[in-house]
Amino acid sequence: MNSKKNILATPYVVWSAVFIVIPLCMILYYGLTDKTGAFTLENIAAIASVGHARALWRSILLSVISTIICFLLAYPLAMILADKKGRAGGFIILLFILPMWMNFLLRTLAWQTLLEKTGVINGILSFLGLPSLRIINTSYAIVLGMVYNFLPFMVLPLYNALSKIDKNVINAAKDLGANKIQTFFHVILPLSVPGIISGITMVFVPALTTFVISTLLGGSKVLLIGNVIEQEFTQASNWHLGSGLSIVLMIFILINMIVTALFEKAEN
Amino acid sequence: MNKVWAFLLITIIILSICGCGAGESNDNVVIVYNWGEYIDPDMLEQFEAETGIRVIYDEFETNETMYPKVEAGAAEYDVVCPSDYMISKMIQNDLLMELNFDHIPNAKNNIGMQYWQQSEGFDPENKYSVPYCWGTVGILYNRTMVDEPITSWAQLWDEKYRDEILMQDSVRDAFMVAEKLYGYSMNTLDAQELLTVKNALIEQKPLVQAYVIDQVRDKMIGNEAAIGVIYSGEAIYTQYENSDLEYVIPAEGTNVWIDSWVILKNAPHQENAEKFIDFMCRGDVALKNFEYITYSTPNDAAKALIEDEEIKNSPIAFPDLSQYDALETYTYLGEEGDTLYNELWKEIKSY
Repeated sequence: MNSKKNILATPYVVWSAVFIVIPLCMILYYGLTDKTGAFTLENIAAIASVGHARALWRSILLSVISTIICFLLAYPLAMILADKKGRAGGFIILLFILPMWMNFLLRTLAWQTLLEKTGVINGILSFLGLPSLRIINTSYAIVLGMVYNFLPFMVLPLYNALSKIDKNVINAAKDLGANKIQTFFHVILPLSVPGIISGITMVFVPALTTFVISTLLGGSKVLLIGNVIEQEFTQASNWHLGSGLSIVLMIFILINMIVTALFEKAEN
Repeated sequence: MNKVWAFLLITIIILSICGCGAGESNDNVVIVYNWGEYIDPDMLEQFEAETGIRVIYDEFETNETMYPKVEAGAAEYDVVCPSDYMISKMIQNDLLMELNFDHIPNAKNNIGMQYWQQSEGFDPENKYSVPYCWGTVGILYNRTMVDEPITSWAQLWDEKYRDEILMQDSVRDAFMVAEKLYGYSMNTLDAQELLTVKNALIEQKPLVQAYVIDQVRDKMIGNEAAIGVIYSGEAIYTQYENSDLEYVIPAEGTNVWIDSWVILKNAPHQENAEKFIDFMCRGDVALKNFEYITYSTPNDAAKALIEDEEIKNSPIAFPDLSQYDALETYTYLGEEGDTLYNELWKEIKSY
């Protein structure tokens, strides 16, 4: 039985070896060596330099803001969806997933066209005699792009967690005299914590590492740590520094996961 | 568990064999790595029809993105079209093959003498490269959106044009603008000068609408910005699309660049590569390319074939460079110089 299971696991073992373990080892190797191949921590310490530290701080700030906005938008929506099981709920979920059938780059480019100074939104605004919207090439546009692109990753896990809550538990809370607000904070919210945690991770991690959104909607004026790493590989051809900074970024993602895991434990 | 590892090993071996196999096919092909939108696609078809050699064509956006791919040998290319300073870097790092000009007769016959001389700045004996396109970097502005003639790089620092300025999103071009503004060399490695340049670019940043590369063209055509730093070849195209646009070489001088064909040292299809370059140097072919991409051609035979007098005498396509003093061509800064420029650029961009 055990050997059969092993055989079934082979594709996954191969997959994770070729596409996860080997690349990870290569990043560690490049990140911890210099051009001559000697061991160094310089690439990691480089995060302290002015440009890198500023980019990292800005990335953390923007991705935290985006994650909070995503959460605040997604939670009520997920509650409505969980209530509306059946056809209506399925339809709204479909509406949410539908844009994801289109390429991520195209959707972001579309936002560029919408937000531009002579873009669609400003065209409509000026037609109506309203003041124009000037957020393209600023951090605001980047947050907008992050929220737009990553919102489904928050909605779906929340929806899953909320729709799994046994209605009887909520009814029991009401029977015992809890009002709506008490029910929400003492029953629904704690029971949806696993969904919240996976939602936060799934939004925070891609937002922290993105470089496409900041290039397209930030006009390359707002440098995020993802841009720095991308440019080390593509422009400066310094794979060692790029890998070193990637390791730092991975540490930040790990910290995020540990904090959320601890939070989950405390809730339990 | 042993089985699993055996399977894993076999899979990796198969994958790596497949990987190599795909790159080293013995077909009659030539693998070309060129700038984006930098050739008339019909000319590739014509080359295939005339020679029977299939062209595998790949594009890059900047010299800097091209270099690591070629250096790592991740993809095997035959012919590449880098710019001046990048060619000198490639020569220094032993990536290029000495060309056999007996197999590329059109090159010496058709390419103008002055372009070979200019090439000596990065390829001292004209051994490795054949000029393909050349041009200047200047300011493109929209006549209806400015109220004075644009003549100087300094106007890119004018508060009036806040949010109307497009800068180039590449290290050397961005630095060149500020270096010329202060009358420095665009290849300077002087710490004090670079500090001044860095501060100037930081000071300019709030006025800049966006740092872009190819998008300068579309944004200027679409009236999205009033002033943009642009390559001369793009300028001609934008004027076809939007007649309000005007191109100027600033008085402080600018970069005169050459993009040239080179063959890589480890090129798998060397003979085909020579045939490809020779074909591209033919007068009629160079003319078609010029008409399509609108970048100035160093090909005298092609220039002679241009019928439209206006284009032939265009100050953008074929400027009289003798009336500008401070023209320069980029040189390779060396590894330390590159790193220094990159670090400063990151500081500016993250500010």
